[in-house]
Amino acid sequence: MVEKESPYKKYLREERLPHIFCPGCGNGTVMSTFFKGLEGTDIDFENVAMVSGIGCSSRIPGYAKCDSLHTTHGRALSFATGLKVGNPDLDVVVFTGDGDAASIGGNHLIHAARRNINLTVICINNNIYGMTGGQISPTSPKGSFGTTAPYGSRDMPFNLAELVSAAGASYVARWTTTHPLQLSKAIQKGLENDGFSFIEVVSQCPTYFGRKNKMKTPLQMFEWIKENSINKRRAEKMDEAELEGKIIVGEFANNPHAELTDNIKKLAEENSDKPLAIKSAFEELD
Amino acid sequence: MIIIDSKLCKGCDICIATCPKNVYSKSDKVNTKNVYLPFPEHEEGCTKCGLCELSCPDQAIYVEKEVE
Repeated sequence: MVEKESPYKKYLREERLPHIFCPGCGNGTVMSTFFKGLEGTDIDFENVAMVSGIGCSSRIPGYAKCDSLHTTHGRALSFATGLKVGNPDLDVVVFTGDGDAASIGGNHLIHAARRNINLTVICINNNIYGMTGGQISPTSPKGSFGTTAPYGSRDMPFNLAELVSAAGASYVARWTTTHPLQLSKAIQKGLENDGFSFIEVVSQCPTYFGRKNKMKTPLQMFEWIKENSINKRRAEKMDEAELEGKIIVGEFANNPHAELTDNIKKLAEENSDKPLAIKSAFEELD
Repeated sequence: MIIIDSKLCKGCDICIATCPKNVYSKSDKVNTKNVYLPFPEHEEGCTKCGLCELSCPDQAIYVEKEVE
């Protein structure tokens, strides 16, 4: 029997659909691309644990039919670190937003990247705090309007992909919701990578960012993102004036190195001559 | 064959913008939430690339692929 529904619907909790996201929100696209990326790997969906903080994007694990953990604001990475160190066999995926990861959880983000712990972090960057009413976030472009910036934001935004690759992450990529195939490929690489993988997704928020910045419909925002994104290889040949206000997409780092849970395991084995007692509540050790 | 789930569609028109072959257009039919649904007007042009399926934020599109 052929089921006549979206191939990504089988991963979702159907009793909770349609989801709460606004019409045209990019979070749903990121959800589908994540499942497509997961299908490309040999990871079992039953073995995936999703962790999220607070925000629109952090509601995604609530719709996925797998183990999920909805935590406090900004601390998704801290909870995920604990989960991964406690049970290194799990494939931990963190869904987070720009306010969650860069603002209130900024230190957790750079330190998780520095330790290179084996997590896959998907940061949905919609340039604004969508859930709380359109306040300016640390990634809002210079000159953009928001509830807290009626005359336009004067601050320089964070370049998240470059920040995390400078902090020592082993795989960093940035794509937008208008590049779903490239995004799913990047998520697949991130899931396969043994180390901290950070995938930034520039997404549309027509309800708050669009409305305040003269892009009222999802289509206008979609076209704006599509027109302003430039591939990294092309951007390297351009000067700063040309790149102002552009979204540079591509792979920012891909250099696998020593991973935190492996290091802990090695340290314990070297010093005690016994294997590390992981999952000791379930298995008896000699 | 392209099927759009009228219960899930929120009428954002991203499928219209994404399709490289311009298969979709807006219909004058509404669903129970008064959303104007898209419909595959030029379905003969569809190459079954699955981009609309992947881009749809509401998981409302199904594209039937030929099974060998």
